[in-house]
Amino acid sequence: MKFGTEIVLLSLFAFAALVAADFGVDEPFRQHMWVLFFAVAGFTAILLRNTEFKPAVPINPAAYMDGPVRYGAIATMFWGVVGMLVGVVIALQLAYPDLNIEPWFNFGRLRPLHTSAVVFAFGGNALLCTSLYVVQRTCRARLFGGDLAWFVFWGYQLFIVMAATGYLLGITESREYAEPEWYVDLWLTIVWVAYLILFLGTILKRKEPHIYVANWFYLSFIVTIAMLHVVNNLSMPVSLLGSKSYSAFSGVQDALTQWWYGHNAVGFFLTAGFLGMMYYFVPKQANRPVYSYRLSIIHFWALIFLYIWAGPHHLHYTALPDWAQTLGMVFSIMLWMPSWGGMINGVMTLSGAWDKLRTDPIIRMMVMAIAFYGMSTFEGPMMAIKTVNSLSHYTDWTIGHVHSGALGWVGMISFGAIYFMVPKLWNRERLYSLRLVTWHFWLATLGIVVYAAVMWVSGVMQGLMWREYDEQGFLVYSFAETVAAMHPYYLMRAIGGAMYLSGALIMAWNIAMTIFGYQREEDPMPGSIPALQRAR
Amino acid sequence: MGLIDKHAVVEKNATLLLVGSLLVVTVGGIVEIAPLFYLDNTIEKVEGMRPYSPLELAGRNIYMREGCYLCHSQMIRPFRDEVERYGHYSLAAESMYDHPFQWGSKRTGPDLARVGDRYSNEWHVQHLSAPRSVVPESVMPSYAFLKDRPIEVKDFSTHLIANTRVGVPYSDDMIANANIDLMAQADPNIDTSGLEARYPKAKLGDFDGNPQQVTEMDALVAYLQMLGTLVDFKNYDEAAGYR
Repeated sequence: MKFGTEIVLLSLFAFAALVAADFGVDEPFRQHMWVLFFAVAGFTAILLRNTEFKPAVPINPAAYMDGPVRYGAIATMFWGVVGMLVGVVIALQLAYPDLNIEPWFNFGRLRPLHTSAVVFAFGGNALLCTSLYVVQRTCRARLFGGDLAWFVFWGYQLFIVMAATGYLLGITESREYAEPEWYVDLWLTIVWVAYLILFLGTILKRKEPHIYVANWFYLSFIVTIAMLHVVNNLSMPVSLLGSKSYSAFSGVQDALTQWWYGHNAVGFFLTAGFLGMMYYFVPKQANRPVYSYRLSIIHFWALIFLYIWAGPHHLHYTALPDWAQTLGMVFSIMLWMPSWGGMINGVMTLSGAWDKLRTDPIIRMMVMAIAFYGMSTFEGPMMAIKTVNSLSHYTDWTIGHVHSGALGWVGMISFGAIYFMVPKLWNRERLYSLRLVTWHFWLATLGIVVYAAVMWVSGVMQGLMWREYDEQGFLVYSFAETVAAMHPYYLMRAIGGAMYLSGALIMAWNIAMTIFGYQREEDPMPGSIPALQRAR
Repeated sequence: MGLIDKHAVVEKNATLLLVGSLLVVTVGGIVEIAPLFYLDNTIEKVEGMRPYSPLELAGRNIYMREGCYLCHSQMIRPFRDEVERYGHYSLAAESMYDHPFQWGSKRTGPDLARVGDRYSNEWHVQHLSAPRSVVPESVMPSYAFLKDRPIEVKDFSTHLIANTRVGVPYSDDMIANANIDLMAQADPNIDTSGLEARYPKAKLGDFDGNPQQVTEMDALVAYLQMLGTLVDFKNYDEAAGYR
């Protein structure tokens, strides 16, 4: 029977959620368990409707397993649009605070929803589906472990749903980018270990003698995130039937553990994993080999070794001991070198194919991603210098920096990878429309430029206003005055974000039409067909 | 470059690649974080720190639940402007019982590390209910619903016990009286001598202006009113505390 075991296990899971919904010790936990019950029960019902009693069709062990990759590509688009939409909403809430709807849709509950949705739901699904796509093709092996890939995919979606609904219900550990409470963390640990087994197992059964460089990055991302997630989320639950837990660490130790995690959520989740993407999809789309094999070796080992030290730059001038701050600053500055080594390796892969920048909007998107990677990894070490940080910390400058990396690098390279994969995954000749990709490219690029520029201005202004003295030695501005001064910038930022979101919506349309099998009739991109030569 | 030529060994062995990269990424964390747990001077020697009273702890949990830390820091840096604006720079000792820490990373609103005793209870309740009625420039959301929500207590001692398991020195006496103390701190008609002995400097009284019940507003204001008020800076040795 198809799905037989799954249906039984899921029914038991749903029943356990129902029991927990009844016996939970606090109200948010009971509500959260109802959400879990409906999610699991609904999924079980779908499986029940699709079950069959015919003998299963034998699977061709030589064929790639692309089902989870296809679902992952759709999930990436879906969560991307959701996460960016919430981002625009909270940007508008800062400009117009009356848009807060207490208690569930206040800024404080929506902001973790935004960050988790774009980082873990959009970024996470992009990593999940591209890594499974890349590892099969570079190892020439089908995914390891039968239906394990399906468990990883759906298990991860359940994690997203539980994390997101938890924030709205007020269930949070208050650790930035690690907000989900203990039981959701435990679930993610299970899913993540399954992901590691899936990925490593596929590498182990490879038919290629060498492990391709993209897989080094994906593998180190998976294993490092496992370490960071487990250590940072160590906590003591108040009750096994309650939502609340207390962190295992306190004060200064807790702060550094959290930012050791937080910075490497950037370093490994949003950088190493996406570098894996770069090392596969850029050479593929450009049809050129990676620029330098030696550089990629140095890039890899230097990047993963140095990144992990950079956490303390989030705690400059705080109560963290000075020696740790200085160490964090020094390593953050050193990190500039492998970052730019990677950028050079990515951009120079276009050697001999630069003309494609004119004719191929997908490669243009990927190159723009690498350019933003270079810019934000230059800005980051600069902001990690203590003197610069004394101005930038606590201001919107940090927000601008994060978004130039997130929208510019992570977003653009993911878009490029999805544009590349989707026609191949669904056996389409080409995308529905390349012109729409060009629209997406410009909307996204201009959106980022507006966003980042506005946040630089507002951040630097904010920092300067806080420390401005008059000639008699008094502080010039009250805090409330600095808040009022932010209003026009918060509005412009929302416009920049909305441009980026509209680009993503165009992409979703383009991808959906491609999947449905349509092709828009349009002229070829200018320059892609050689002009006729006059006969002499 | 002999070493790079030998890299093929790692490229052909997935286990080696996995173990190698795991070892490489553990170094930084071990060197930076582990010493904080045993170096004696990590946390300054101060007088006055005590664990949170049950009502303050409940308020702190509401502070976290509502994501206040996303817009308010609790970490004053040792700069002239910050010290003049907010008070003495923050010490590591002041968050030694904070599981988790709430230092924050962004100041959309002002720092709250020493907001205790700065405003009246009435101001806090008014500000939390309708922020722009007292600060017209504010972009803070409204938290009026806190006034209508009684504190949900089944057995608050479980929260204290969980804290003792991660190292907060709650005594048996404190744990036994957790529920009583939780209610007593916001009820002006109850004898609070036990509470005051257990939690010196605890702010007492009806915080939210509604003596009928102890609400989430009571808890949150009780927490805000004690922030940064515990350490006695008259007896603090700046030079000895520097690290």
